Amino acid sequence: MVIQQQIESRLREALSPEHLELENESHMHSVPPGSESHFRLVLVSEAFAGQRKVARHQRIYQLLAEELAGPVHALSIFAWTPEEWRQRGEPAPASPQCMGGSKREQGA
Amino acid sequence: MDIFDTIKEQIENNPILIYMKGSPNQPQCGFSARTVQALMACGERFAYVDVLSNPDIRANLPKYANWPTFPQLWVNGELIGGCDIVAEMHESGELQTLIKEAAASSAAS
Repeated sequence: MVIQQQIESRLREALSPEHLELENESHMHSVPPGSESHFRLVLVSEAFAGQRKVARHQRIYQLLAEELAGPVHALSIFAWTPEEWRQRGEPAPASPQCMGGSKREQGA
Repeated sequence: MDIFDTIKEQIENNPILIYMKGSPNQPQCGFSARTVQALMACGERFAYVDVLSNPDIRANLPKYANWPTFPQLWVNGELIGGCDIVAEMHESGELQTLIKEAAASSAAS
């Protein structure tokens, strides 16, 4: 839970999100139990207004550079403004199934 | 050649390029699979680099791109995004437009 809390507090501090969902999806992947390697993030913030998608994701990656350089292997991101979030009116898509890439990497 | 020069050359010389884990027919990661499927659905030719077979590129492209993960889709020298952005663009129809235009302009040049 340490990494998860760290990610959440960094994002809350920097982006004052209206809505933040951070789910640890590591159990869906070929990593040891209790890992904090794969996360899915839904973040709704006014800070994204007028920014392209790539820029929004890059901002999040920059804030989480330390975590991404360490234990976090995958971070799925949905970054919306409050207006886009309301217009969308449906939950963010689920993550795809694992295909075993991490296993191959560990062996490599 | 310097690895950053290699990356730059790949991005400049391939108007539609995906860096992924595995190959389009045998992706090794669910995020790469979803992204390359969306790209293949556009029906245009594209180039790919398997980063699992190219550890130097895997290690250095994130710094070059300011983007830490794979896959990465590059169109006309510009980073379009990873799985989440590409899937969203595919859903909205934006991806098809972008890819068709890139393919048409590279055929014309």
